[in-house]
Amino acid sequence: MRALVVATMMGIFITVVSAVHPEFLVSPSFAVNPSEVLKDPALETRARDVSQNLRCLVCQNQSIDDSDAELARDLRLLVRERIKAGDTNTQVIDYVVSRYGDFVLLKPPFKAGTIVLWVGPVLAFIGGMIALVLYFRRRHQITVASSRRLTALSEDERKRLEKLMGDSS
Amino acid sequence: MKSMNRTLFYVPLAIFLVMVVYFAFGLTRDARVLPSVLINKPVPPLVLKPIEGSVRGFSTDDLKNQVTLVNVFGSWCIACKVEHPFLMELKKSNVVPIYGIDWREVNRKDGPAWLKRFGDPYTRIGDDPKSKAAIAFGVTGAPETFIVDHRGIIRYKHTGPLNYEIWRSTIGPIVDQLRRDQVKAKGTS
Repeated sequence: MRALVVATMMGIFITVVSAVHPEFLVSPSFAVNPSEVLKDPALETRARDVSQNLRCLVCQNQSIDDSDAELARDLRLLVRERIKAGDTNTQVIDYVVSRYGDFVLLKPPFKAGTIVLWVGPVLAFIGGMIALVLYFRRRHQITVASSRRLTALSEDERKRLEKLMGDSS
Repeated sequence: MKSMNRTLFYVPLAIFLVMVVYFAFGLTRDARVLPSVLINKPVPPLVLKPIEGSVRGFSTDDLKNQVTLVNVFGSWCIACKVEHPFLMELKKSNVVPIYGIDWREVNRKDGPAWLKRFGDPYTRIGDDPKSKAAIAFGVTGAPETFIVDHRGIIRYKHTGPLNYEIWRSTIGPIVDQLRRDQVKAKGTS
C-alpha cells in the first residue's frame, strides 16, 4: 500500500516537472548561444548536424553542440564560418580531424586501426551463438543417452522382471 | 571430449590475462593527453596580430630558419603561471626563442597586464582571441608547447606546464638534435 502511494507521488512529481520543464524528459539541452545561430535555417541545420558529431576536447564525452566550454563554442563558430563560406559538411569535419585526429569524431571511423572495435562485437556475438548451440546440442545428446540408459532394462533386470511376472500369473 | 573440457577450463584464465595486459596499458595512460596528429606536419599557415600595447605579432614564416618553441598561454590559465618562471629562465639562458600565442583573453588588456606583472619570456606574441590559432594547432588546453624545426615543421608537442625536469629529459634533447639537423642542412645546401 505504502509502495503504491510512493509510486503515485513520484508519477505526479515527474509529470508536473516535465510539464514545467520539458527538457527534464528530453535529451540534454544544446549549448548553442542564440547569437551563434546562422540566419539561413538550412545552413544552421547542417552546422548543428556537424557539431553533434564533433567531440568537445575539454569535456570529452560531450559533443561541441552540447558543451558550454569556450573551446567548444569557438569550434562551433568555426564550423558555422566554414559552412557559410561554402564548405561541405565533410570538408568541415575533415578540417577539424586534420587538427585533432579521429578522436574528435564521436563516431569512430571504420578503418584498419578500428577494425577490432567495429567487428569485435559481431564476432563475439557469433562466437557466443556457436558456443550456445554446441552446448545445447551436447546436453541434448547426454540427456537422450542417459535416459535411454535409465529406461532400458539390463539382461538381469529383464529376467527378474519376467520371473516376477510369471510368479503372479 | 575430456581433453576439450580441460582446455576450456583455461579459457577464463586466458581472457583474464589478456585483460590484465590491456588494462595495464589503458589505465596507466592519461586519457586527456591526446597524441597530436600534427607531429611532422608543417605549422598551419597563420598570421597573428600583436597583443595590445605591442606592434609585432607573428606569422608562420617567422618560425622558419630557426628552431623555436611555440607556447600557448593565457592570463586566465593557472598552469601557465606555474610554468612561467621556467620560461623566464629559458629566456635568460637564451637557448631557444619562444613564440607565444596569447589564447582567449576575456579582455584584450589581460594578457599584456599579466606579462607586465610576471615578466615576458617571449620573442614575439600573437593574439588569438577566437581560438583560430589554437584550433589550427589542435590545442585542447593551455599551456601547450610545440617544438618547431628550422623548416617550420612541428616535431613535438608537450601538454601541460613545462619545467626543468621535462626540459632536461625530453624538450632540451629534441631542441639540440633539431639544431644539429639545421647545421647539417646548411652544410649540404
